[in-house]
Amino acid sequence: MALAVNLALGLLFGIGLIVAGMSDPAKVLNFLDLAGSFDPSLALVMAAALAVTFIGYRLAFRRARPMLAPRFELPTRRDIDARLVGGAALFGIGWGLSGFCPGPALVSLGLSAPGTLAFVPAMLAGMWAARALTRNR
Amino acid sequence: MTTFTPLSALAGGALIGLSAVLLMLLEGRIAGISGIAGRLLPPWQAGAGQRLAFVLGLIAAPFTVEAVTGARVLQTVSGNLPLMAGAGLLVGLGTALGSGCTSGHGVCGLARLSPRSLVATLTFMAAGFLTVFITRHVIGG
Repeated sequence: MALAVNLALGLLFGIGLIVAGMSDPAKVLNFLDLAGSFDPSLALVMAAALAVTFIGYRLAFRRARPMLAPRFELPTRRDIDARLVGGAALFGIGWGLSGFCPGPALVSLGLSAPGTLAFVPAMLAGMWAARALTRNR
Repeated sequence: MTTFTPLSALAGGALIGLSAVLLMLLEGRIAGISGIAGRLLPPWQAGAGQRLAFVLGLIAAPFTVEAVTGARVLQTVSGNLPLMAGAGLLVGLGTALGSGCTSGHGVCGLARLSPRSLVATLTFMAAGFLTVFITRHVIGG
């Protein structure tokens, strides 16, 4: 049951990215190109996703627990540290160089563009390396 | 050049939000793609099967869209393979160190009014804008 739910929600998320145009790095790079061929579409993608999630989370959190799991698993940290800001900055540079963030990169995997096939293994290696470096800290 | 597509942007964004809400309502988890993907790698933790199923759903999405609409999913990906590998490494390192990406911080975290997610989102957006400005208008201009 849990596997089927996760498969369906991953599919829904991926279809959302494709409908939104975010699976096309050219569209993402044009959103980031304020001084050039600016395409504001991505701002509306984020606004709509955020509005639905903001309202939907509040409805979900009225429940004592999720429907299929024993408890809500939510991040509890509220501190701003150098790792958070430095990590986000590195991510933003990679995003601006490629037009890919993790979701669209994984959605694009099966479309098999050579650039995607170079990006995704490197991304997974980066995630693995960062977790290995920061373990037990 | 890409055209401004307000309706499909709003519709796609709403579907992304719906997926995030349902993952919280049903499973009690944040729909952060970098967190889901990063935890597919060793050392494995509880819930690896669910995370793998979510990623398989993401990978199946373009084939589903093509089967339903009969049209190809079009994209323009840079063919500069060293650039793409370097960018992938930065995205992987950065999202793991910064505990999230566009979905985990930019959608789920902001919806929870998390101060960490607000700082992370403003930082990666600023870095993205600055990177494209430099590559397109300083170096490539």
